[in-house]
Amino acid sequence: MTDAISTGAFVRRAFSEPLPPPPSERGALGWVRANLFGGPLSAALTILSVALLVWMTPGLVRWLLIDAVWSAPDGDACRQAGTGACWAYVRAKLLFFTYGSYPRDMLWRVDLTLLIGAALAVWLLWPDAKRKGLGLVLFLVVYPYVGVMLLHGMGDVTRGLLASVARLTGSQSLADMAANALPVVGTHLWGGIFVSLLVATVGIVVSLPLGVALALGRQSKAPVVRFFCIVLIEVVRGVPLITVLFMANTMLPLFVPANWTPDRLLRPLIGVALFASVYMAEVVRGGLAAVPRGQYEGAMALGLSHWRMMRLIVLPQALTVVIPGIVNSFIALFKDTTLVAIVGIFDFLRAVDTQRLDPTWTGPTISTTGYVFAAAFYFVFCFGMSRYSLMMERRLSYGRKH
Amino acid sequence: MKFLAGTLAAVAAFSFGAITPALAQNPANASKTLEQVKARGVLACGSNPGLAGFGIPDEKGVWTGLDVDLCRAIAAAIFNDPNKVRFVPLTAKDRFTALQSGEIDVLSRNGTWTKLRETELGLLWTGVNYYDGQGFMVRKKLNVNSALELSGASICVQQGTTTELNLADFFRTNNMKYEGIAFATSAEAVKAYDAGRCDAYTTDASGLYGERLRLVNPDEHVILPEVISKEPLGPTVRQGDDQWFNLVKWVHFAKLNAEELGVTRANVDERLKSTNPEIRRLLGVEGDFGKPMGLTPDWAYRVIKHVGNYGEVFHRNVGDGSRLKIRRGLNNLWNKGGIMYAPPIR
Repeated sequence: MTDAISTGAFVRRAFSEPLPPPPSERGALGWVRANLFGGPLSAALTILSVALLVWMTPGLVRWLLIDAVWSAPDGDACRQAGTGACWAYVRAKLLFFTYGSYPRDMLWRVDLTLLIGAALAVWLLWPDAKRKGLGLVLFLVVYPYVGVMLLHGMGDVTRGLLASVARLTGSQSLADMAANALPVVGTHLWGGIFVSLLVATVGIVVSLPLGVALALGRQSKAPVVRFFCIVLIEVVRGVPLITVLFMANTMLPLFVPANWTPDRLLRPLIGVALFASVYMAEVVRGGLAAVPRGQYEGAMALGLSHWRMMRLIVLPQALTVVIPGIVNSFIALFKDTTLVAIVGIFDFLRAVDTQRLDPTWTGPTISTTGYVFAAAFYFVFCFGMSRYSLMMERRLSYGRKH
Repeated sequence: MKFLAGTLAAVAAFSFGAITPALAQNPANASKTLEQVKARGVLACGSNPGLAGFGIPDEKGVWTGLDVDLCRAIAAAIFNDPNKVRFVPLTAKDRFTALQSGEIDVLSRNGTWTKLRETELGLLWTGVNYYDGQGFMVRKKLNVNSALELSGASICVQQGTTTELNLADFFRTNNMKYEGIAFATSAEAVKAYDAGRCDAYTTDASGLYGERLRLVNPDEHVILPEVISKEPLGPTVRQGDDQWFNLVKWVHFAKLNAEELGVTRANVDERLKSTNPEIRRLLGVEGDFGKPMGLTPDWAYRVIKHVGNYGEVFHRNVGDGSRLKIRRGLNNLWNKGGIMYAPPIR
């Protein structure tokens, strides 16, 4: 046996290069085979989808782009037979779609508010951003005050404060500011995208903390707290949002004296925020239920107090689990903001809906153009939210991967 | 669960207990509307959130329309400034509540004057600023000149509306046959008519003119002169404030009288020197007709100066000066074939 191992024999020191996969499994062709024609069902679906695209795309492209009217002074060009989308109409009405009737010389107030809001939102949502605690305080405490002052106008208290500062310092410019800066713009002039964003933001910002509080309250061992939370959640969840809006809009003014009646925009804002909160509470409750008992017990064994246990152990896990549910609620809420139109608020969709009746522009293609534009707007926002949540899910689930 | 039901009942009892007194007493301490408006410095006017020609914001957010201009006229009479109006867009459902609760001072939102609305809701119509009614739109090439020639026609109509019932009544009364094709929404009905599925489309005449603009070729369609139902539209106020009621009513009458007397926005200043006693009384040169309403003697002058007479307002918003091109018809002055008639100012 030993002479079988001859010292002069060839011994391969390295592996030979692996052969490439056969051409049918490689490159574009391989990808197509694997992904589009993997089996009979897959092949059938591919063919069906391609056929559908081929059937739809030329018409859509022609209507949306080629035959579309891009600029025109009024609706006449869009009324010609065979024209497609009337983007000129969207361009002419863009200011109304964005700001409603907000006075045109004060639009910077809306722009500035949106800009500050966007900057703060990026700060808070950017996963690697620093000092988020400060950002949160700015967003939840300072920003609402600044926002209301910018959008609605300087309140009497602020004005008075400024005036007294001006008297103390003897500054004429401050006194002028106290008297004239930021005149009140009533909410009856607000409208468009800006109101849609406002309603959605208020709903989202209020619903997350309030929802968590209600979910914790529902699990509370104190019977009064638990009972109150259960009643609130079940009652508000038990009625449609439309009903809440109608109640707020038509019944509330009958209960309270005329000059105590809340602002017409504030009513749906409160309704939407309350509504979003109870749905959020149920989503968060699902997350709390998904945290294993052992986590609670481990935290208690470490001697953590109830609140520290919740804050450090339970809520981080519970909220991570329900991110898809939370974002789902936000997306639903964002689209539900269109319901405020039925109580006479000019949100984005209502603005589109009204302006298509304008005799200067109205025509056979105007309604469709307006609605396509609205659909694109809502899609961009909802898709963006959905993508963000996917990213956050991936980042936050590292800890649970084994 | 029982506890929960009990609490709910208690909550319900409490809220309804709270509603009853609020509804029973006249809200917003009526007879003071004018004082409230003056104190507030702005008139709160309930408007349609979007009806072409009657109340609709343009791309700058400025409200335009026949109903909207009535509110501007009231503001002009009170403040000498037609822009001191806050328009509150109201849907059909919450319009009357907003008026009852005192949220608005006057509702000028193409509301049809009916007996029940006035007697049951505690409201008053101060008059009619637009006589509307159901009409028909047909293609010009059909060569139909009257609704009475529509026998045997197929007619597109919106389902479940009084429009549908009026249509049936009209054809039965006139012993004519028709084929009604009903659609869930007016948009669908118009589309079907435009596609040629029916010979005629019917809805309120004011709406027909607006719908016509949305057809592929508006010029190929004509609106027949007959109106087969009564839809008197006008401004509404709360009951219990007669002075305010008179003010709103007479602002409208002043616009009608001005048209009758040929006083327009352009010539109103020159007419101040007129020797015609009626014009002198209208413009406040003679007598003080504003005082009993809590206004200045030149109240009507302000209305005409800032907003114009009824004919001008009609022309600009819904008539030939607009794209709607609605004919005056019933809305013409009484001495020009219509039924718009204002009592004299004296």
